Amino acid sequence: MLNQAIAISALGIRSIPERWAPSLVIVIGLAGVVAVFTALLAMATGFESTLKATGRTDLALILRGGSDAELNSAFDRDSTDLIKQEPGIAAAADGKPLASAELMVIAELVRKDDVKSGANITVRGVEPAAFGLRPQLKIIAGRNFRPGLRELIVGSGVLRQFQGAEIGKIVRMRGSEWTVVGEFSSGDAHDSEMWTDINVARTTFGRSGSSSVLAALDGPDGLQRLKSAVAAEPRLSMDVMREQDYFSGQTKQFRKTIGFLAAVVTIIMGLGAVFAALNSMYAVVAARGKEIATLRAIGFRGLPVVTSVMIEALLLALAGGALGALLAYLLFNNLSVSTLGQSFTQVVFNFKVTPQLVARGLIIAIIIGMIGGLMPALRAARLPVSASLREQ
Amino acid sequence: MTRSGFVVANLFRKRTRTILTLLSVIMAFLLFGLLQSVNTIFNAGADFVGATRLFVQARVSFTSPLPVSMVPKLEAIPGVARVAYQQWFGGVWQENTPLIMFATDPQRYHDVYPEWVMPDAEWQAFARTRTGMIAGKQLADQYGWKIGQKIPISSNIYPQKNGSKAWVFDLVGIFDGKDEDWKKRTNLAFLQQDYFDEANQFGVKGRTNFFILKLTDPAKAQAVTKTVDGMFENSPDETKTQTEKDFNISFVKQIGDIGLIVRWILFAVFFTLLLVVGNTMAQSVRERIPELAVLKTLGFSDGSVLGFVLAEAFALVLLGGLIGLTLASIAGAMVEKGTGGQFQLALDGSVWLLGVVAIVLMSLAVGLLPALRARRLRIVDALAGR
Amino acid sequence: MSELMVQVRTVTKVYERGRQKIEVLHGLTLDIPRGDFVALMGPSGSGKTTLLNLIGGLDQPTSGEIIVGGTRIDQLPSGKLAHWRAHNVGFVFQFYNLMPVLTAESNVELPLLLTKLSAAQRRKNVAVALEIVGLADRAKHKPKELSGGQEQRVAIARALVSDPHLLVCDEPTGDLDRKTADEILGLVQVLNRDHGKTIVMVTHDPKAAEFARRTLHLEKGQLLEQAA
Repeated sequence: MLNQAIAISALGIRSIPERWAPSLVIVIGLAGVVAVFTALLAMATGFESTLKATGRTDLALILRGGSDAELNSAFDRDSTDLIKQEPGIAAAADGKPLASAELMVIAELVRKDDVKSGANITVRGVEPAAFGLRPQLKIIAGRNFRPGLRELIVGSGVLRQFQGAEIGKIVRMRGSEWTVVGEFSSGDAHDSEMWTDINVARTTFGRSGSSSVLAALDGPDGLQRLKSAVAAEPRLSMDVMREQDYFSGQTKQFRKTIGFLAAVVTIIMGLGAVFAALNSMYAVVAARGKEIATLRAIGFRGLPVVTSVMIEALLLALAGGALGALLAYLLFNNLSVSTLGQSFTQVVFNFKVTPQLVARGLIIAIIIGMIGGLMPALRAARLPVSASLREQ
Repeated sequence: MTRSGFVVANLFRKRTRTILTLLSVIMAFLLFGLLQSVNTIFNAGADFVGATRLFVQARVSFTSPLPVSMVPKLEAIPGVARVAYQQWFGGVWQENTPLIMFATDPQRYHDVYPEWVMPDAEWQAFARTRTGMIAGKQLADQYGWKIGQKIPISSNIYPQKNGSKAWVFDLVGIFDGKDEDWKKRTNLAFLQQDYFDEANQFGVKGRTNFFILKLTDPAKAQAVTKTVDGMFENSPDETKTQTEKDFNISFVKQIGDIGLIVRWILFAVFFTLLLVVGNTMAQSVRERIPELAVLKTLGFSDGSVLGFVLAEAFALVLLGGLIGLTLASIAGAMVEKGTGGQFQLALDGSVWLLGVVAIVLMSLAVGLLPALRARRLRIVDALAGR
Repeated sequence: MSELMVQVRTVTKVYERGRQKIEVLHGLTLDIPRGDFVALMGPSGSGKTTLLNLIGGLDQPTSGEIIVGGTRIDQLPSGKLAHWRAHNVGFVFQFYNLMPVLTAESNVELPLLLTKLSAAQRRKNVAVALEIVGLADRAKHKPKELSGGQEQRVAIARALVSDPHLLVCDEPTGDLDRKTADEILGLVQVLNRDHGKTIVMVTHDPKAAEFARRTLHLEKGQLLEQAA
């Protein structure tokens, strides 16, 4: 039976060029669905992986209790010093706690492609320990800022999307002028930030405390110990979490929104593609009518005929799906864009077309191909043989 | 029978084919309607806000606070009729529903926003009641708030002096909008600035996020903008002033170029649709060459025959397009109702208009070539099967 | 009102197939008086269908004149020619060429859409035409529900409905059996004798030609003889 199916399919496939119009419709229709699906989810995947890459499991992020974003968090100097002393935090070689107090403030830069609108960029004031805690962050051009001076180092994501922050340029914040002295790259969300000395940031922005404290955890139970200690301390109302958990949480809203959008668009487009595929396959069956009837008159059974039609539909659908995935990859992979993050500042990320995404797109193509091929295939098997032979 | 009757009869000559093509058209326009609505929500520019108000924020970011003490300086500027201010409260309803809620001076706010409709008694109650709050009708309806209730709202930024994030307010007024557009925006709430200053744990006093300047004359917008920003340049409280409309637009722009995404998707959709329907129309005309030749023998001109084919393409796309847009309307209205007005996805006039334009253009695109073929065909050759 | 319905004056028709030029009619001249019923016969390739197409205004000669009902139609622009066809000629083809999507009466009504008649008047004319061909009871049937002879009657009704003076028929009974063919030809005769229509009919069937008043033979694009 399989041999029969293959033989008939081969016959049918060889004659596809004669029916190029309906075949093309299926290929292009499916390319469209898969391309759009892949592009939308590549956006979500890119955003998610940028934020996921940020944050490690052996670092704890400490925010003021109840704030859900670094921007909303603020605690005073005393609390900052206090929390650094708590158990659970690893110590450096010199016995001092491996922790960095950080202050988040906001600057405005102009986009590269749209000069009229400004966008908010995160400026992070850091202590020297911040660099040790983030070994993946490397200065790739210029030099690091000097403590006590109004100097900035800028993440490569910022330089990709916005202008006015190149090395040597002056950025104005709160009526004061800051010089950009270097560019850094860390392969995560920090690439969307500008860094400076926390004390200079404090005096310029009139703040005395910090937004957050990043601390290295001491051992596998470090987080638990830190959490218990903080809960027990009445003077501290803090939330302690793994740095990675914080950043994963930040992506939830975006992921949900894009996921929903992608689902709705793909379903509607998919339905449209199913109808187009059905239409085309009916046309294909009609075009092959005489050939199919002859085969059946010769003695080929119904099932191999059905199978051959389905195989033709599937091949066309897969071709379309592959074309769509390729288009999405060529047009969108590594495209750099930015959007509003949780703190109303920009997060720069790249579209990412992953193998899993391509696989999912192809599966969708297969499903549509099968639905589009089934009913026409059944009709092909049930066509009255003599009528089809007589037809012109 | 009429010419249109003839066109429609021909449309359904192969019923399955026509219906499947129609369904593809419906899906395309369903998506068009929904996506364009989304696009409109983000990019409408909100013309209806009018040009009578300017928004002043800290140059660096609207999340950065400005001192309320700036008010007299702002009010002294020629062209400024009145100044109000609002500070983001970070309000959260129940566990995790964020609210658009500001601390404000009730009297000033009332003066600057005449578009809100609320009985005077309620405005006065708001001004009088320290712990009072007012809410927009949409918001109140969504959560079932009634005047006189004590509404528990927490802030994810500001705890009270006792350390608790939970605040409680007396709902003393519910405001509506003066017309359709303003009614749609009644999803805000306000509390008293004085109470906020007094009760927050950080001792944050006399700070605000936005000043709202009501102009004496909209034409003065540019001049006033320049004056304000010039006044505070190089100070620690540098400002950025823009019209209310521009502020709304720039906020959306920060999210990203939604318009671009929507355009790309719709491009892919309509390109594919063009192919599908174009193929159907081309096939349909090809099968009918002899019939079209007979029409010419009967005396229908070449132009008439072209007209028949174009009309057929138009009828197909029109029917599918209208059904698709209607489905989008229904779906959009359902979403709007379901989210209590949060996502105003119901299709408005502009989307329908754009949809009709798309219908006409698509009809031409799919019908023109087959129609020209029909017009060109020579009777004698066609009848002889050449 | 001219005595002659159709005047063909030294008409030549040349077709171009690729780079080849084929001369199908060579300087043909003939007259067809009003009320005549002429059968055109000849082997395939003789040009009889070509001549018929020229007389009916479906095509135009390469040179020469064609005057039908007093109007010169050989050089009319295609728009005017179409308009002329609508009001002056009725066609009946071998394969019935009815619109499969329309009922019999809608098929017959089709040419009337080119006139300024109201819907009610159109319906009246259609009824009369169907009455003449004897198919009033099949008005609402679609072509696929009719027999071969019935379809041809509908085609004839359609050719009559605008009351043209000239009827042009191309092998009208080529696809019918003997009995049905005779019925159709009898009907055509009635139209000629009782309704005064001038009829030009191409046929390869000598029995069909017997229904006509006279037969003309063509061979290789030229008239052979005029038989009474």
